[in-house]
Amino acid sequence: MPIEITELENLIKSHFSNGEVEIQDLAGDNDHYCAVVRSPSFVGKSRIEQHKMVQKAVEGYDIHALQIKTKAI
Amino acid sequence: MSENPIFVQIKKEIDDNEIVLFMKGTKDFPQCGFSSVVANILGNMGVEYKDINVLADNDIREGIKIFSDWPTIPQLYVKGEFIGGCDIIKEMSQEGELQELFAEKGISSAA
Repeated sequence: MPIEITELENLIKSHFSNGEVEIQDLAGDNDHYCAVVRSPSFVGKSRIEQHKMVQKAVEGYDIHALQIKTKAI
Repeated sequence: MSENPIFVQIKKEIDDNEIVLFMKGTKDFPQCGFSSVVANILGNMGVEYKDINVLADNDIREGIKIFSDWPTIPQLYVKGEFIGGCDIIKEMSQEGELQELFAEKGISSAA
């Protein structure tokens, strides 16, 4: 189900308090986003683990397409 | 507790084939942009792989998400190990890591 960009940003930010979160709207339909998350909590984790942490943050929200880019800082 | 036959089937596919791509559509006719991206990356690398069309089997489509603990399709397995979905594969390909992974695992590629 669609989610507003600011709501999505706040949702992910709440799971990465020391990190930076940037959301790009890819289609203007509140259902296709790219989330760029930079966080120290990614240090030492594999890409899969990092992406799962972001996926967990949006669990329950059925976003049609969420591209994820992560970076340990 | 008996093994879920779908998981048994999935396990067999990833054990029997060096590279397996669970995707929407087929490698020749992808039916989703994300699946298409991964199929193209593998195609350009010239590696042999088995494509499994989840749109043809809803049990597999749902089963693989539980099996991998990963919510989306496509999903790439190399020598029985889950490597990632479209975003991860694209990034690894751009950074040369995918090529390195295949070399490391002894998978031959044309590239």
